[in-house]
Amino acid sequence: MSAVLESRAAGPTLRQKLAARGIDGATLLVLPCVALILGLFIYPFLYGLMLSFEPKDGSLFGNYARFFSDPFLYGTIFKTLRLAFPVTLLNLLIAIPIAFRVRLMRRQRLLTTLLVLPITLGTVLVAEGMLFYFGPQGWFNRAMMAVGLLSTPISVLNGYWGVFISLVLTGFPFTFLLTLSYVTGIDPSLENAAATLGAGPAARFREVFLPLLVPGLAITFCLSFVQAYSVLPSAVLVGDPANATRVISIAAYQAAFEEYDYSMASAIAMIMGAVQLLVVVAVLGCRSLFYRGPAAGAKG
Amino acid sequence: MQKSFLSRLWIFAVWAVIGLFLVNLMGLIASVLTSSFGTRWLGTWLPAGFTTRWYFAAWDEFQLGDVLWVTFQAVGAVVLLSGLLGVPAAYALARREFPAKRAVMLLLLLPLLVPPITYGIPLATVLYKAGLGGTLTGVILANLVPTVPFVVLVMIPFIEQIDPRTEAAARVFGANIFQMFVHVLVPMLMPGVLAALLLVLVRTIGMFELTFLVSGPGSQTLVVALYYAVFASGVRAVQSIDAMAVIYMATTLVWLIVALRFVNPTQIVGRGKRPAA
Repeated sequence: MSAVLESRAAGPTLRQKLAARGIDGATLLVLPCVALILGLFIYPFLYGLMLSFEPKDGSLFGNYARFFSDPFLYGTIFKTLRLAFPVTLLNLLIAIPIAFRVRLMRRQRLLTTLLVLPITLGTVLVAEGMLFYFGPQGWFNRAMMAVGLLSTPISVLNGYWGVFISLVLTGFPFTFLLTLSYVTGIDPSLENAAATLGAGPAARFREVFLPLLVPGLAITFCLSFVQAYSVLPSAVLVGDPANATRVISIAAYQAAFEEYDYSMASAIAMIMGAVQLLVVVAVLGCRSLFYRGPAAGAKG
Repeated sequence: MQKSFLSRLWIFAVWAVIGLFLVNLMGLIASVLTSSFGTRWLGTWLPAGFTTRWYFAAWDEFQLGDVLWVTFQAVGAVVLLSGLLGVPAAYALARREFPAKRAVMLLLLLPLLVPPITYGIPLATVLYKAGLGGTLTGVILANLVPTVPFVVLVMIPFIEQIDPRTEAAARVFGANIFQMFVHVLVPMLMPGVLAALLLVLVRTIGMFELTFLVSGPGSQTLVVALYYAVFASGVRAVQSIDAMAVIYMATTLVWLIVALRFVNPTQIVGRGKRPAA
């Protein structure tokens, strides 16, 4: 805003100078949007960061010291990672072969639409449905027993596997659609060239597709991981929120809305963000060990 | 070309995984649907009889009329405001080169990369300190954080496709920037705006974390009300919770079907950043 005032004060020359640098009336349209993000995203984040250093006991690092000395609190990091890592990896490993198969289909839209369903339904509804579907009298156990695969109903609810399944159900479509958009972005003529030179399907995947896909897969892994990492509703509804699936977001939520200790809650949110950032940086760091270059082929 | 046994087995395995996933997903949705219409369902494949009374029960028990009205207001305001704030900002970013542009782009990407629950807790703290926690205004403000950057990032490529000479012509004929927007740009951008706002709509109906952290008793949207109903289950009949879940499903699915007429399914997860195709 000060730029505008200055330009009025100094006359048209400064205005023209600013316009030459790309700042004119139209550029200012970006300001409301920037103000919103500064006010509702950056400011709360910094406020939370400051707040986390003002614990109830008055010391600077009191919250962080408490978090890393109490196994009930620092254990949540490992519980979260123990869920988020295997789920993300499994989703990615299933998504790759399926994306390669679907890539060849003409009518992808029906399948992708079906897969979008759980994303729009959200974790709360999936957890609600699981309570019945995977329950002891639910269709899953009934069907398994009718086929003879199970003799007694298995209970996946109220524990690690309940959350695991709910994360696969809501996370797989997300991972798949991202993977599909990367896989379809690779020029098919590259595969044809490799086939002409005598490479079999496995070799084509290993030598041609995989190196081209690694950057995209790393990003897919990060985005899917972030989704699985911040799980809250399913960990509470179909998990064991007091024990096995007490993930870090539950700890943060309880600190804020059950103990009303916003300082501690902010500290946990900051730790949550930091751990996530570490994983993302590590994964993207590994990416740079692989080939980086165009995947779409030369277009002359 | 004759395919080897191994490659056929592989293809079969891939389809089996897709099938397994879809069968379980559909089973899950169907069991919620069946339960919501069932009378008594204990230890059998199907309920003893069918009824619609759970819907009336759910409507009264969970004050669904109020909840739906709150959801409608919150989602409507979020869609409108993110359009009003996001489209002009996208225009500036698409058309002008200015010094801080890269910083602005990074600023807009951040809320999409950090998951809602991480920034939701500090945000809820600030909103509660400002007296907006638990209010509809608070819910709307919180939901704008991911949706406005989303609209901007979806709209930038749409605006870049429009020939800049169209705007120049409008300016030559004496339109000011507001008139140019209303009479020239918005009509040309309508398909893009519609796609972006429908995606915002679907995402906001389903946005659990932010609304959950910020909302109070009078400002719960449908998805948060559903969470509380499941969380406190045992007090109410399972079937009426299922009926509520079906109502929630219906509200999202209607908009999803409308949205899919205008957008590619991958855009729903694409966060507006389309990889080069």
